[in-house]
Amino acid sequence: MADVRDGLRYTRTHEWVRVEGDIAVVGVTDFAQAELGDITYLELPEPGTTVKQGDSMGVIESVKAASDIYAPVSGEVVEANKAVVDTPELANKSPYDDAWLVKIRMSTPDELNQLMDAEEYRKYLAETAATA
Amino acid sequence: MAPKVTPLIEQHRALGARFIEFAGWLMPVQYEGIVAEHLAVRSRAGLFDLGHMGQLAVRGRDALPFLQFVTPNDVGSLKPGRAQYSMLLYPNGGVVDDIMIYLRPDREEYLVVVNAANTDKDFQWLLERRADHPEWVVEVEDISATTGMLAIQGPLAERILQRVTEGDLSTVRPFDAVQTKVAGVPALVARTGYTGEDGFELYFPIEATVRLWDRLLEIGRADGLVPVGLGARDTLRLEACLPLYGNELSPEITPLEAQLGWVVKLHKGAFIGREALERQLQEGVPRKLVGFELVERGGIPRHGYEVQLAGRRIGTVTSGTSSPSLGKAIGLALIESSAAGIGREFDVVIRGKPVRALQVKTPFYRRPRQRIGEGVGS
Repeated sequence: MADVRDGLRYTRTHEWVRVEGDIAVVGVTDFAQAELGDITYLELPEPGTTVKQGDSMGVIESVKAASDIYAPVSGEVVEANKAVVDTPELANKSPYDDAWLVKIRMSTPDELNQLMDAEEYRKYLAETAATA
Repeated sequence: MAPKVTPLIEQHRALGARFIEFAGWLMPVQYEGIVAEHLAVRSRAGLFDLGHMGQLAVRGRDALPFLQFVTPNDVGSLKPGRAQYSMLLYPNGGVVDDIMIYLRPDREEYLVVVNAANTDKDFQWLLERRADHPEWVVEVEDISATTGMLAIQGPLAERILQRVTEGDLSTVRPFDAVQTKVAGVPALVARTGYTGEDGFELYFPIEATVRLWDRLLEIGRADGLVPVGLGARDTLRLEACLPLYGNELSPEITPLEAQLGWVVKLHKGAFIGREALERQLQEGVPRKLVGFELVERGGIPRHGYEVQLAGRRIGTVTSGTSSPSLGKAIGLALIESSAAGIGREFDVVIRGKPVRALQVKTPFYRRPRQRIGEGVGS
């Protein structure tokens, strides 16, 4: 069963958000990394990039497939995680901690309300698995 | 239509496999993970469910002239208990399928092993070509539904398989096929495979599939034998530059373009596709299959991606991956012959961006040399 952390917000495209003041720390979920399998390449937005909620802002590739990374909230990218770009397998090993991907200074924090909490995301995963 | 399943579907579920639909079959794409399974085959051994592959039997007095007529390799040179890589070709030289032909040790029939996606197409093709020559005494039968197939591949494959196999496997050379018993099951055991490693492919009555799979996993566990899915099967074959039908081979690609000219034996006489290939040999091939690695970061080159030289399209990526053995992004591309050459560069367009690639020697991976007396190299 995929690990879902309490206290985070989640998108239907399997990104997670940890709120630290006006900063949204963003990564992909344990479910996403397990679905992708061995992750070998990441492309992340440069600091200074403005992103809009729901836009593709990067790419995550495994041996099996390539997948877009979507911005869970709007704002300005203030930091991208170089360590995970250099060592993509971190995204398999530590999706919620070492492999955070970007930090976004939120322009519209209300957007967080449109994301799922852990309980809702667990239910969403169960439904996804049931229809798969 | 619901996908077909092999007799091992419950085994795969119990092993925690992830599945994909491949050529109409529900098959395990990975268990532990593609990279882990890939490296297990390179360093130890892996067990593959190949129940989706097709098997055709060709028998009768004129089986040999018939096979000579429908394939470009020289079946006449195939001795009993040996295997030969070959193809079925269209008259224009394009490829119907790539195949393995075994002459059974008792000479009773030829076993033709074909790609899962092409089993029906190949069978129909052979029946039609059979009808071109009503004077030939030859019978073609699709025996896929009654034939089980597994592969055990990797440097420890012989040691593991020997524990449950009658007879001495060390005397079975690459491309030999012997009729013996494995875990008490009558099986054709061939030293062939699709990974670039030493190893064996097993053909046996399909009812014995579960028993053989369970037994091999059990006796191989101590040596690190693991089940391997189609994901690692693809990365393994690509590192070894073994072609995949639908990628490197197709009705639009000739064996000469795919750098498989060695399969074409013009000295043997008439066969379907011969004239087209002779013409291509005289005129030169317009396209060539080349190996490359990315020399800058930009992602993984994948099937269908465009290849450019100074912004002009010169070809297409046929297969690409992130190589688990080499830690590099590698691929094969079919490009204009004038642009081909080891050491020359081109760009692979990944998500709209040109990424620099260098043409390199193939295969990307070659297994370490065998010890003396361990058989002939292949």
